Parts: sequence; C-alpha cells; structure tokens
Amino acid sequence: MSRGSRIGTVGMTLIFVVLGFFPLYGSDRMQVTLVQVLTYLTLAIMWNLLAGYSGLVSVGQQGFIGIAAYSMFSMSELNSIDPFVSVPLSAMVCAAISIPVALLVFRLRGGYFAIGTWVVAEVFRLLTLEINVLGAGNVQSLTTKNAFSGYGLEVRKNLVFWSAWMLAIGATLTTIFVLRSRLGLALQAVRDDADGARGLGVDITRVRMIIWMIVAAWTGATGALIHINSATVTNRDAFSVASWTALVVFIVIIGGVGSTIGPYLGVGVYWIITEQLKQQNTWRFIVLGALAATMSVVSPKGIAGLIHRWKPFEIFPVTRRLEVGKE
Amino acid sequence: MSWINALVQGVLLGGLYAIFATGLSLAFGVMRFVNLAHGDLAILAAYLVLSTASTMGVSHVVSLPLVVLLMAGLGYVGQRFVFNRTIGPDPLAGILCSFGIGVVVQNLLLARYTATDRYLDAGSIETSTIRINDSVSIGHFSLLTFVCAILLLGSLQIFLSRTSLGRAFRATADDPATAQLMGINDKRIYGFAMAIAFGTVGIAGFFLGARETFAPAAGPNQLLFGFEAVVIGGLGSLWGTLIGGIVLGVAQVFGNQLSVGWNLLAGHIVFLMVLAFRPNGLLGTGVRT
Amino acid sequence: MLVVSEVSAGYEDFRALFDVSLSVREGETVAIVGANGAGKSTLLRAVMGQVRLHAGSVHFCGVDISEMKTYDRVKLGISLVPEGRKIFPSLTVRENLFIGSFGKRPGPWSIERVVSIFPMLDRLLNRSAAKLSGGEQQAIAIGRALLSNPRLVLLDEVSLGLAPVVVKQLYNALPAISNQGTTAIVVEQDIHQALAVSDRVYCLLEGKVSLSGEASRVSTSEITTAYFGAAV
Repeated sequence: MSRGSRIGTVGMTLIFVVLGFFPLYGSDRMQVTLVQVLTYLTLAIMWNLLAGYSGLVSVGQQGFIGIAAYSMFSMSELNSIDPFVSVPLSAMVCAAISIPVALLVFRLRGGYFAIGTWVVAEVFRLLTLEINVLGAGNVQSLTTKNAFSGYGLEVRKNLVFWSAWMLAIGATLTTIFVLRSRLGLALQAVRDDADGARGLGVDITRVRMIIWMIVAAWTGATGALIHINSATVTNRDAFSVASWTALVVFIVIIGGVGSTIGPYLGVGVYWIITEQLKQQNTWRFIVLGALAATMSVVSPKGIAGLIHRWKPFEIFPVTRRLEVGKE
Repeated sequence: MSWINALVQGVLLGGLYAIFATGLSLAFGVMRFVNLAHGDLAILAAYLVLSTASTMGVSHVVSLPLVVLLMAGLGYVGQRFVFNRTIGPDPLAGILCSFGIGVVVQNLLLARYTATDRYLDAGSIETSTIRINDSVSIGHFSLLTFVCAILLLGSLQIFLSRTSLGRAFRATADDPATAQLMGINDKRIYGFAMAIAFGTVGIAGFFLGARETFAPAAGPNQLLFGFEAVVIGGLGSLWGTLIGGIVLGVAQVFGNQLSVGWNLLAGHIVFLMVLAFRPNGLLGTGVRT
Repeated sequence: MLVVSEVSAGYEDFRALFDVSLSVREGETVAIVGANGAGKSTLLRAVMGQVRLHAGSVHFCGVDISEMKTYDRVKLGISLVPEGRKIFPSLTVRENLFIGSFGKRPGPWSIERVVSIFPMLDRLLNRSAAKLSGGEQQAIAIGRALLSNPRLVLLDEVSLGLAPVVVKQLYNALPAISNQGTTAIVVEQDIHQALAVSDRVYCLLEGKVSLSGEASRVSTSEITTAYFGAAV
C-alpha cells in the first residue's frame, strides 16, 4: 500500500466513523441533507463501477430504483414486512430482474446499450402503471398504520440515516473488494485490451454480468431506502431518469469516471451546487449538466483526472504495484 | 375494419419515426456516434419554429426551412467544436457529453417556455383527410409526413451513392485514416454528417409538433422511438430505418387499439422481441464493431 | 522535390527513425529497401503526416510540410499507396478509384488511364471491392493513388503477400507511371525487384540510412551489408 492510499484510507475511515455518530450531535436539517448526499454517493459509486470500470454505460438505472421502490412498498405497506428488512429483499428482487435484462441489453454496444437500458426502464415504468394494487400511477404512501407501525418519527429518521450511511460504506468497500479481486484484474485486462483479455481466457460477458448484478442490487437497496425516507411512491418520480440517472451520471463525470475517488469529489460539487441553487430544480440540472458535458470534453477523467495530472496518487488501495527489490 | 385503419395509421406514423431515426442512423454509420440529445434537439427545433415564426411574423411552415438551416449549422459547429473532441477508442465521453447536453437543452426549454403544452400549426392540411371507406381514412398531414420520410431517405441514398461528398462519407465511415490519404478531412465530414443529422431531426421536430402537442420533456421518448426504429430495421441499413419505423408505428397503434395507453408499451415490447430474436434487425447484416 | 532532413519519428513508446535524411528529385524513381522493421513504412508515414516527427523536417517543393495535415499534403500532390492496401470495403471498385480524385487536382490520370495500365480492373469496375484478390486490390490501391494526380507517389510494399507473377504485373506498370512525369518512391523488402525499377536507392537499417547511391552502381555485397548489418 502506498503512502498516499494509506493516508487516504485512514482519513476516509475517520470521516465515516465521525459521520456515523451524526444523529447524536448534528442538526436535523443537516441530517436530512446528509441522507440525500449519502444516497447519491452510493448511486454514484455503483454507476462508476458499472460505466467507469466495466464499460457498461447504462442510463436506465432508474428502472432498478423504481422496481425497488414498488417492491419495498408492496412488502412493507401491503404485506407487513418491516420496511428496513424490505431493503435487502428489494435488492435481491433487483438482482434477479437484472439477469433477463442483461440477456437482452448486452446485445447492444456503447451508445445503443445506453438507450437500450433506458427503454427497459421505461417498460418497467409502464408495466407498474398497469398494476392496480400498486396504485396505477397515483401517489402511494407508507402509513404509520401499516409500514411504519411501531416506528416513532425520530427512530425512523435515525434508522434511515444509518441505513444510508451503511449503504455508502458498503458501496465503497464493495468497489475496493471488487477491484482488488480477480474480477478487478479481469476488468483491468478488458479495459486495457478487450481482445487480449479474451485471449487470456477472461470471460468478459460473465465478468460484466456479475458487476451488472451487484450494481443492480445495490442501486435497488438505495432506491428502496430513498422511498422509505420520502414515505411515498409515485410512478413518475420512482422511475425518473433525471433524478436517478442524470444527476448520478453528472456527479460521476464531474468527479471522475473510472476513478475511485471520482464519486466523492462529484458528490461534493453536487452538494455545493444544490445548496447554492436552493429550490431551483431546473437550474440545478442546467448547471450540473453543462458542467458534466464540458468536463467530458475538457477532462474525460473529471476533477480526479485534473488532480492526477498535477499529482498522481490513488486514495484507495486498489492499484497493485509491482515492487521489485524493496529493501 | 378498425384494424385495417389502425394498420394504415401505424404505417403512416412509421414515417415520422423514420425521420427521427435517419439522423441517428447516419451519425452512427459515419462516425460510430450515438447522440443521446437527439430527441431533445427535435423538441428544441419545434420551439425554434414557434419563436422564429412569432418574431418574424410568419407562419410556422415558412419558418421551418430557416430552423432546419439553423439546426444544421448548430450540428456542424457542435460536431467540430464539441463532439469531435470526444472521438476515440472509448465511446464513453461522447455518450455522456451528449446525454448532458440533452438534459441541459430540455431544462433550458423548460426555463424559457415553461411546461405548458404547445403545438405547431401546419395549416388546413392538418385536418383534411382522404376517405377510403367508412372506417379507413388517411389524413393529408400523415401522408405528407410519410412521403417526406421517403423523399428524405431517397435523397440521402442518392447523396451517399452518387455524389463525391457522399462517397467521402462512406469512405470515412469505412476507414478515416485511409480517407485522409484521399485528401478527405475526416473531421469535416463528421461535421457535415452531424449537420444533416441535426437538420433532419429539425424536420422531425416540426412534424411531431404539428401532429401532437409537445412540452420540453417530450424529447427522450422521441429518442427512444428513433433508436428503436434503427435497431428494429437493422443497424447500418438506411431503408431499414423506414421498415423499423413502420413496425414500431404499427405496434404502437395496435397497442392502443388493444387498450388505451398501451401504445408505448406495445412499441417497446416489439422492440425488445426483435432484440431477443433478431438482434441484427429485420434488414441488418450484422453489427459492425 | 522532396527533402527529408534529419527526421526522427516513431510511435508512443517506440522510436522507429533516427536522423534520417533523404532527397528525391523530380521525375526520379527512388527505392527504399531494408529488412522487416527497419523503419521504411514509418518513413513514408512521416512524409505523409501519419506519424508525428520528434525532430527534423520534411520539405516538399520548397514548402515546409512538417506540421501539415495528411489531407493537405494530398492536395499539394503527395499520395501514398498504404501498406496492406486499405481498400474501402463498402465502395465498388469504380468508387474506390474515383475517391482518389476527391481533391480535384488537375492532371493526366483518369479511370480509363488506370484501367489501361491495369487491364484486369476493367471487368471489375462495378463489383464490390471487398471480395477481390490481393493483386486486384493492390492495383486498385495504386490506381486510387494515381487518380489524385500526384506529383510524388509513395508505394509501400506493393509486393507483400502476392504471387510473383502478380508482382511482375504490378511492377510492369511503373514505367507508365513515371512516363506521366510522376515521381515515385518505392519501398520494398525485395532488393532485386527494387533495384530493377529505380534510379536511386536508399537502404535503411534499424531506423538509420545505411546506404544510398545510384541503383546501377551499388554492388550486391555493399547492399547486403547495408541491408543486414555489418555483423553478417
């Protein structure tokens, strides 16, 4: 482990530990903001793993958010499963659904893959519109009578925070684990030279499939939590490409796609701009979108790329270096 | 009998989707570029028609050629100064750049024109129809859209096969480095290709806006339809986009016939079925990588 | 006409040319020979602008073209028949030839004249270029280059992978090219073939010029040493 990544790991651990006690000392308003930041961070880390490391540029991740939102709703509100237990269950639903989806969209490449995932997300949205028990497009609420029975407001708020906190930590650890595993080596090989990797016996489709499922599950868990937090599920919002894909994609491009630190930097920029523009949702999209489009031309590796050009280091221990003759 | 009418309407609707698909197909064919802002640009063009018409005090039809030229110019400049910089072995930067631009365009339209539904006025042709019999009648405007699609694809075909610049398009699509050896500036060809793509999407935006009401958020659906037409027809096949558009149009109208609101779902499902069982499309020869 | 002065060039992590100087006079046919990997193709690509120069310069007819784009060099009158022929597969034979005249430089070459020196192309003109034999594709590549009416044509390994009888056919066309006043640089691995058609010869060894002289005056032993290196 290099000195830079040792400092990075210690620093990051400290931040997350301090953050874990936030409900005990922080303000309510800040806690609400932090939940939003943590969930976006998780989505960004996962999308980065997908697009940045596996070349799967999906713009249909809102499909998994929506599915998870509705599966959480049907479990907790309609079938009296504890909402926080429904989070991992919804993740499993998403992972299962992601398999047939992959079988279809993996036939497309590059930009066409991107639009293909978008179509699939639309199909899921339109299908849930047809299901009457899910409200057929009307606002559905998680009520204190059913889903939230036995949960006080304060407890619920803190559980949401800690869940978001755990999802972000989990996403970070998953990325590190994946990139350090054999899977990560295979991805690296594919990224450097797809044909060469195939020659070495790397089954690219299998590698991509595993990542696709992990990301679907994690995105789904986050989607379920987001809707527990909002306590409502609406078709259009749950499957919103703008909220759950565009903003996430912008965060990753601005921070640095294909870099482990990218999502953290990007979510910082997202936070600042969102705070500056308060409630002006339209301008938030314009500013972040323009920034992302500019970044993809000027510095395709985002802020992380700009920093790297100035001082190369890796904050997480994911790059393996060959250390020869170390004394 | 209403099914026959649905079939006719679906085929004619396919013409509109073919116009959407032409630009996507051309940009992908020439430079392997997929513009995710394609649908939002159509909506932009529709609003530009509204604005130029009201500023200059002319009808929407008169302002259309102006907007098409404007869009073409925008396409050329956008390709030369923005998209050309994202070209490389990794398509990621280009995809994401165009995705960002699409979102920006959509939200700028929202900020400028609000979310109110608008429509374009194409004159009396919009409501006049040809009555075939009691249940089948063909709208003049739908027919015009369809004829326009055929003319557009036909002239593109002639341009690509008969003119010097068209040959340069195809040579550059085959191998840009060798095309340079022929004295062809590949980056300029990309600019021209995007000019045509933007111009055609401008036309598509006009036909869409005259056919139904539109709002700033209408773009992404049009992108999906255009893309579906391309994939159903077969990547790299010019006339395939018309076939793809027709299949999609018929599927949507039939879907609506089955149950109101099923038009979108039916179209998407037919697309997914083609992807599952004929991944190279109906006319496609296979995806070139 | 063409002056290459002290050119060093290469690729990202590998340098292929070191201080190479060379000059070609109008109307000459110059051969560049050398073993596999000696830097012959890189030299042509450097003249064409397909490889960036690390040092040195390239002048054509008194103009410094070192920084010029490839397509602008074509407009000035340089044309390359690339290694591996690089025919456009989705164009017909006629279109492949015709695309050479994209820059509309005036000059003697037309499709008819190309067909007259490569009669085998006559019955193929409307066929797709993708499914032709190597010799036919090479004839197209040469014809395509000629249709830009170049003042200087660069031929890279015309004989590579072709049967001797086909190579002979192609080389028989060279005099017809220089008769039109076109200057030519011929890159070859086959020394005898190269010497037979050229006025002067340069030999490259490991990215450096190891021999230069008039084709009729260099001896077999001289050129063998220059080709394989002194150790042999």
